[in-house]
Amino acid sequence: MTDPLLIWSYLESGPLLWLTATLVAYWIGDRIFRLSRGKPWFNPVLLSVIVLGALLLATGTPYETYFEGAQFVHFMLGPATVSLALPLHANLKRVRRAALPMALALLAGSLTAVVSALGLAWLLGADVGLLASLAPKSATAPVAIGISEKLGGDPSMTAVLVLLTGMIGAIAVTPMLNALGLRDWRGRGFATGVAAHGVGTARALQVNPTAGAFAGIGMGMNAVLTGLLAPLVLQLFR
Amino acid sequence: MPAIVSGIIVLLLFQLCGEVVSRIFALPLPGPVLAMVALVVGMALSERLLALVRPVASFLLQNLSLLFVPVGVGAVARLSDLSAHALAIGVSLVGSTLLAICVGAVTFEYVARLTGNVDEEEEA
Repeated sequence: MTDPLLIWSYLESGPLLWLTATLVAYWIGDRIFRLSRGKPWFNPVLLSVIVLGALLLATGTPYETYFEGAQFVHFMLGPATVSLALPLHANLKRVRRAALPMALALLAGSLTAVVSALGLAWLLGADVGLLASLAPKSATAPVAIGISEKLGGDPSMTAVLVLLTGMIGAIAVTPMLNALGLRDWRGRGFATGVAAHGVGTARALQVNPTAGAFAGIGMGMNAVLTGLLAPLVLQLFR
Repeated sequence: MPAIVSGIIVLLLFQLCGEVVSRIFALPLPGPVLAMVALVVGMALSERLLALVRPVASFLLQNLSLLFVPVGVGAVARLSDLSAHALAIGVSLVGSTLLAICVGAVTFEYVARLTGNVDEEEEA
């Protein structure tokens, strides 16, 4: 029999192990989410991240090694973003009709996200580098990373902040908007996409197809607006 | 050719063109978002394109959450950087995200009501 350590070092050097682990962890997370009947706290992303994070810590595996395997999953974010054309196309007429409320909600939501994120962090003593990493956090990851680079932030930190933003939004959105008594699925989805990009959109798709379609649009529009707003607002806090 | 393969080809080709156009013109719009807009136009023009993309696109969107897991694990890897500014980051992320969702949703609903813009197609 081969030394188990040899097998481990073989597995560690290829993408197979961590790609499989990523899918299995997600499968577990998704099962728990379904068993909980879609309770927002049992967010499948959060659950899989906890499982995988614990595994990495327990085995002393660096993130770079993990990402060798996980990159194949990560890569699909691009084609998945393109796929949002599908719900968008299916709802095109309703989207056109809602142009005015969407435009104003976009402006209000995007501005609130950037100003309050920077304002709160600034009040609590964040330095300029962190503020620059934080400014684009409501935009979808590839855009936010690009903006962060331009502003002198830390792109990999921005990726993490973007994801945390999405998870916070995905967990909080349903109970919060229910408490506010908002019933228009278009507005609920749209605002979620604006503030919590793709992770929020994934949550919206789980809750309601209309909300999902409008979340995809909100995410796309805020990707553009954040590119314009983030540098301007950051000026105020320098 | 299996339908899934042609669907993947369409998505990748659109993304590829989106990335190239976004870079050539130095647009603030990222490649995939540009490609999404272009694909909506394409779908409106061609039923065939819509049929080609539908199976793969539905599959990807049904599993959209999965695709965020790798970056999420990155957050665990950067736990020490995050905890160094835990208070500022925590308050800022939670506060701004919740506030932005509320402000956005309330604005939408308020403007929609004010202008009589109801959602006719919404099934109860």
